[in-house]
This record gives sequence, C-alpha cells and structure tokens, in this order.
Amino acid sequence: MSEVHAEVTQWNRRDFPTAAREVLQNSQTRKNVKHATNVIQAKRNAVVAELPDWEDLREAGAQVKAHTLHHLDHYLMQFEDNCTRAGGNVHWASDAAEANRIILRLVQQHQAKEVIKIKTMTSEEVGLNAHLEANGVRPIETDLAELIVQLGKDRPSHFVAPALHMNRHQVREMFQREMELPDLGDRPEDLATAARSYLREKFLRVKVAISGGNFLIADSGGICITESEGNGRMCLTLPDVLISIVGIEKVIPSYRDLDIFLQTLPRSATGERMNPYNSTWCGVHPGDGPKEFHVVLLDNGRSPILADKEARQTLQCIRCAACLNSCPVYHQTGGHAYESVYAGPIGAILTPQLHSMEEGRSLPYASSLCGACYEVCPVKINIPEVLIHLRGKVVREDQGTFAGKFSLWNIGMQTAAFLFQDADRLAMAERFGQIGQKPLVSKDGFIEWLPLMLDGWTQSRDLKAMPAQSFRDWWAKERAPHSDNSHDDGKGSDA
Amino acid sequence: MLVSLFITCYNDALFPETGKSVVNVLERLGHRIEFRPEQTCCGQMHWNTGYLREAVPIIRHFVRVYRDAETVVVPSSSCVAMMRDHYVKAAEMDGDTGLAAEIETLLPRVYEFSEFLVRKLGVEDVGASYPLKVTYHASCHSMRSLHLGDIPIRLLRNVRGLELQPIQNMQECCGFGGTFSIKNADVSSAMLADKVRNVLETGAEVCTAVDNSCLMHLYGSLHRQGTSVRTAHLAEILAATDGARA
Amino acid sequence: MPNSADHRAAILGSIRRSLGVSTPASAIAAEYAAIPRTYLQSSNLDKHGVSELFADRLREYDAGVYHASRLSLSGVIAEILTARGKTGLAIPAGVPADWLPQGFAFEVADSYDAYQLDKKQGVLSGCTVAIAETGSIVLQNAAAQGPRTLSLVPDYHLCVVFEEQMVATVPEAFERIEATSALPTTFISGPSATADIEMTRIKGVHGPRFLDVVLVAD
Repeated sequence: MSEVHAEVTQWNRRDFPTAAREVLQNSQTRKNVKHATNVIQAKRNAVVAELPDWEDLREAGAQVKAHTLHHLDHYLMQFEDNCTRAGGNVHWASDAAEANRIILRLVQQHQAKEVIKIKTMTSEEVGLNAHLEANGVRPIETDLAELIVQLGKDRPSHFVAPALHMNRHQVREMFQREMELPDLGDRPEDLATAARSYLREKFLRVKVAISGGNFLIADSGGICITESEGNGRMCLTLPDVLISIVGIEKVIPSYRDLDIFLQTLPRSATGERMNPYNSTWCGVHPGDGPKEFHVVLLDNGRSPILADKEARQTLQCIRCAACLNSCPVYHQTGGHAYESVYAGPIGAILTPQLHSMEEGRSLPYASSLCGACYEVCPVKINIPEVLIHLRGKVVREDQGTFAGKFSLWNIGMQTAAFLFQDADRLAMAERFGQIGQKPLVSKDGFIEWLPLMLDGWTQSRDLKAMPAQSFRDWWAKERAPHSDNSHDDGKGSDA
Repeated sequence: MLVSLFITCYNDALFPETGKSVVNVLERLGHRIEFRPEQTCCGQMHWNTGYLREAVPIIRHFVRVYRDAETVVVPSSSCVAMMRDHYVKAAEMDGDTGLAAEIETLLPRVYEFSEFLVRKLGVEDVGASYPLKVTYHASCHSMRSLHLGDIPIRLLRNVRGLELQPIQNMQECCGFGGTFSIKNADVSSAMLADKVRNVLETGAEVCTAVDNSCLMHLYGSLHRQGTSVRTAHLAEILAATDGARA
Repeated sequence: MPNSADHRAAILGSIRRSLGVSTPASAIAAEYAAIPRTYLQSSNLDKHGVSELFADRLREYDAGVYHASRLSLSGVIAEILTARGKTGLAIPAGVPADWLPQGFAFEVADSYDAYQLDKKQGVLSGCTVAIAETGSIVLQNAAAQGPRTLSLVPDYHLCVVFEEQMVATVPEAFERIEATSALPTTFISGPSATADIEMTRIKGVHGPRFLDVVLVAD
C-alpha cells in the first residue's frame, strides 16, 4: 500500500537563547506559565509533605528503573512474551518512520478514516498526527488540553498540561470558533462541558483508538495508563481496536512495582494523592475492551543512550513534569522555547541525546544548574550532572572543528584554564584587569558596557569595577611575614 | 585551630573585603589564619561550562596546594559544592585514582564559611552588630548541595540590631548560573528581575547571601535600576561590630 | 522494506551493544529481589480509622458518602436512588440480590454496547479493594463489578464498598490485587476532572460525573 510521507513538524529550528528571547516578549504566555507552575508546585509540595516515606519511594523508584534499564532487553522480551500470550500484538519500531508506518497500516487495515487519541507525547515525538492526516486519516485528540492544542493548531508546551501556556479566554475564543459555539461562556466549567459534548459522540462511534502508555509491565504483559478526564478510559474500552505507542524505556519488571510509581507519579505530576483514573489491562479480554490490541515499542534514539553510563539515568523518566514545574528557567520561558516535544530540564537532556547530539545542542546550556529539578524528580535523575556531562560532549565535539577550536569561547576558556593553573599567572592577569578596565569604568566605579559576548551581562546589569587591590595582594602586603618570595610557588614535586 | 583560607578566584579579584571579613571573624573567635598564595581556582567555571578536561589540572592544583592543610575555609558555597559534587568524578574521568584518593581525604577538611562556624565550631553568635534591615537570599548550591538549611539565618538572627526581613521565593535561583548569565543573558535577566522584585518588596536595605556570585548578579540590577539597596556577603555582616557598617 | 523482525533484532541488538554485558535471567531476578524497599507498606490505622480516612477522602472529591450495614444496605441504596431521582440502574452480573431494593428497575448490562449504556440512568457495582489514603476504589472485571464500560459510560456510579475491602495504603492494595493483575483493572479516585484550563480543577469531563459510595460495616 503506497504511503505519503508527511513533513514532520519541524521543531529544533532555533537555538534556545534565540527562541527564549522571542518567548520572553510574550507577557501573556509568561503570566500563564508562571501561574500554572506555581499552582501545581504548591499542590505537589503539599501532598509530598504528607508522606513520611517520600525519600524511600524516590530511592526505590530510582533503583527499580535503573535495574530495568540495565537489563532492558530481558524485560522487553518478557513483556513481549506475556503480552502476546494474553492476546496482544507486539510490534517493534526502530525509528519514527517505522512507528508511523506500522500504525497507519493497522488503521488502514480497518478502513478507519478517523481515530480517537489519548494524549501521548510519544506520538508527538514521531509526528504521528501529520502522517495520518497526510494519508487521509483524521486523528482526533480527546484530552482537553491536546484538543485545545490541536484546534488551535499549536504545539504542546508541557507534557502533563500541554495547553498551560493559554488562559481560559484564549481557549474560549478558540472553542467558539472551532466548535461553532458562539454563545460559549468563559468559565472553565463551560469549556469543559463543551468539550464533553463534542467528544462524547466520537467516543461512542469511532472504532480505532491510539494511546501511549505510562508503564509496560513485564511480568504480566500488561500496560498501565494514568489520566484525569476519563477520555483515556473511553478510548481504552469502547473502540474495537487499540494501538499503543510506547517508548522502550517505559517497561517495569512487575505489576507490584506500581505500588511505588502510583504514589510518586500523581503527587509529582498534578499534586494529587491519586489521579482520577488509572487503567491496567493485559492483551485482550473477551467482552471487556477492544477485540484487537497492538503495542508499538519505539526506540527512536533511546537504545544508544544506554551506552552512556553517566547519562543513562535520563531514561528513568516517568514523564511527571515535576522538573518543568520547579525549573526557574521554564518559569520564565514556558515550553516552546525548547523547540522540542520534551521541554524543561528533562527535555534539555533527553532531546539532544535522542538526536545523538546532532540537534538541540544549545539545550544542555538552558539551565543555571540550580538543582531544583533533581530535588523533585521522583526517580532521582541527577539532571544537573547529566547537563554538565552533555555540555562536556558539546564542547569536545566543537573543539574537534576549526570553527569551534578558534571560537572566542574556546580561546577564552583555554586562556582562563592556563591562568588558573598557576598563582603568579593569575595574579598578573588580575593586574592586567585592574589596569585594562579603566577605560570602561564610569565615575561612580561601575562598568556599564563590556565588549563582545560579555555585553550579554551589561545589557541589563552593571558590574562593579575590580578593586584596585586584590585579596592576595592585600595579604602579601599586610599579613604575610617579611619577604614575599619565600613561598613555594605550587610547582613543587608531587608527594 | 589553624585555618587555611581559600579565597576563591572571583572573591580574590572582585570581593577582597569578604576575605578580610572572614579573617576578621575567625581571628576574633581565637583562630589563626593562613593564606597559601599558590591558590588559584576551584575549577567550577570550566567544569560547569563543559570544559571538563580543562578543569582537571585546576583541580589537581587545588589538591596539591591544600593536601596537608588542617582545615580549609571557603566563603563560597558554589565552590565547595563543586568540590563535593564533582571533584572525585573529575579525577576518575581523568583516570587518576591517586588524585581521587587524595580528594577523598581532603574533602572532610574543607568547609564553607557559615557551615564552618555552626557545624564545626558550634558557634551561632560571633558578636556582630549590624543595625540595618537585611534580607537573605538562599543560593542554590548552599541549599541543594551543601544542605546548609537555616544555618545562615541562625547566624543572622544573632547579629545585634539586625532586622531580618523574610523574602518571597527565597529558594528560587537568582539566574546567575556562571556562564549561563552570558550564554542565556535574556533568561538570566528575566530570572534576576523576579528575584530583585522580591528583594525590593522586603523593604530591606541590604541583601545578603553566602555567595558573592549571586550578590554580584543581584547588585548588577539593583544598581542599574538606581535603587539604594546594597548587597553584602554574610561574612561582612558577621565581621561588623559595635555599629560599624561594612 | 525491513520487516518487523528486522526492527526487533535491530532494537535488541542496539540495546545489547549499548549495555555491553549480558546477565543470566536468574541473576537478574536475584538483583531485582535485592532492591531495598524501605517505603511504608502499611499504616497504623485500625479498621475504623481506615474507614474514616476513606470517607474523608471521598468527601474531598465531592463523592457522596453513605454508611450501611449488610442488613440495611438495600434500604440505604433505595434512599440514595430516591434522593438522586433515579428509578433504576444498570448492574453487572453477580450483584447479590440482597443489595437490591424493591421498587427500582435493575438490569444486568454486561453485554450492553456503548449506545445502550449511554441511555442508562447510572450503574451500581461493588469493587475489589478500596484505598483509604488516596480515596481510591479499584474495580476489576469480576462478579458484581463487570466490564470496564459498565462503570464508565453511565453518568452516575453508585459503588458498594465493604469494610473488609478497605485498606489504608497503596502497597496494601497491590498486595490484594497482584494475583488478579491480568484482569482489566480500573482505579477510580473521585469523579473525573481536568485542571487543564488555568489549573482550575473542573469536575466531570468524561466518565461518570456523579459518584456515590456506600461503606458497609456490621
């Protein structure tokens, strides 16, 4: 069957500083993002404080995930065995194109012209909707936020609350237009009711559904999907055919392990003790749910990440988005500045790695390394550590190119490294600075403009001029005993 | 106790007063200070920016300078965090197990200044006097790497005449992040604007912290905006006595 | 065009190459069993405390909370239905007759399709286990609970929970349902909700908008 290949939504068009600069000028978005993240964070902190064993849960969750990744092939095969035995069909997709091909083929086999979808970032990652549309199939998003994003022809900015960057007025305008409801109120309840009627008809009628998966369970061959609105339950039970596209890193060894994650995920993601609905099932069950069930296991750049011992922990992610909610950078920019399906701290480490560091190279630098993300991560991914590790990769790769080797940054950093290895060199550089800054220092002792990239600082900040005497000079003059050449210069032999 | 002061590269060049204040306070408490002139930098700037290999000789130099020190005190929580979080890893990355071992024996002797006072010396009142309205910014490394908790606050509460003003979002990053402030200047400035607004809302005359990096960042905007709010490292406040203003 | 088996081999091969070491299954199992689980497995609450906590959580979700004994259960159900203006409900196979009050129409609806269920006034069911700490009711495809659509499509759900079915913590609940994990299972923690518009929690999107729970103790 011939197939049209859609041009996948082009993310990764601009580097983070450029994208951020544009977003920072949109004060409405910034206000929406700050409000939303403040609300979720406060709720999250409250429900986490209720659990005296929160740190134990984090530790256990981290260990279960790390263990699974360490034996990922074993657990995926176990899942495949058990799922198949339960009547499911397991497909393997090395990349996005293959995932799209498999799913389209399944949809076409059932002559479906429409499919209902539960929110899944994995489908965004592979560009599934565009592929289906290019081949005459209409995907209908059923999560309220994804519906908002879809009707608004927008991009998701947060993977738990994708429309977090919009407020109710913006949503109402869009619903009025797209659902043809001119008298629609603007209370959130009105908007939800409109979505309910609009979608109910589709839930009852459409025969094929597509979902993601929060957890794949190896020992039962089952899947777990967590949600709030009930659209998940609708899509998982009413249609004849269900296709779930799930990243290979989502597998956990045992059903029992959900006793950790169903505590840490809801509290981290939406600040609830438990989200309204969780569904688990294995394969097909006669008289209950779809007659046909397919899982598409997606690699798409994940397996190579396992080879990097420092960065492997990236794949422990359970997509709670707590790191986004806690990130002071995300608070300012929202998700679109990351130009990627996965935004925020986890996006900054996952996106470049999924692309083997060929895309998203500015993302590891989209962080002040404050550590708030690591503090809240329910599976203890040391995101700051991975950020630095990836920065190391970017630097090393850049240094292998002519442009990178002779860039101002590299020359500057190499020079600084040279100076920092020897106190005499450093002291001399300080003296040069004290003298060299003079033309830049204003009457009141401040520098208001610095050359080249350092002007990034002075655009919005002053810099107090270097004092005339450094501490080491003061000590040498006022406090050191007698001669100041009697000390070891640090170049002595190693012990 | 003989205390070896690691001034840190940026304090040395930009905030010598902080170093003098540390000396002042520790001598007042009866300890002797030494300053090893061979010292340079902890390597944080290079390491955090991704120049991992370039950081190793800087780290090696630090270890060489202090390997036989009795105690090392550092008026910068980000530098101590660098040592505790990354030094061993850096040595292992370089394949230098000898260096890694030396680091392990050195680290327990290295303290950030405020944690030295409270956790090592058991002192919360250093006899300081600083009759001003002060607000405290909790720098990221001090909280999340060093887990200082309320140590700086406890020290501030014992300063005579000091009125401590609580600040909103105390734990949110000021936006400095080292080279982040240059590489992502727009976001950094936006984060700074929020932090400065929080500072101004407290009505404090002085904003303090245990890191001059954050304070330099804050002051850059406080001054640019023409406010009269100053910044002062915690050490400078603790060094002030009998109404003397730092 | 490479077929599915090729992609499978490619992915597994890539994983193995990345990991670099292969461990025998028995060693993997031992490693898994050795993962320390220091999180709380149970609580100090007694039966009464568990029931009270569960009722509190349900009320927080704006679920209706009622109490009954085994003897008074059908009478309480009658009262609830009257208060809700219902003349009958769909029920799953296996609901005991002594739950059902006279004067109301109950129909076994396991095999109804979505359109039929959509027309029902509501559904009455039991549950497998209930979790007090999170206010969750767990339903499986079993007697008196039925297929998943049954407790999903109708707009009103009346659920009977017996005291012995209540546990305090999530780990305790998993202890109970682990053996039947192959069954389609739904965790319900309040009526459906969304917080997608300005983080304002709105109740009742899809799924039953109205939930009443009867806690049965002797």
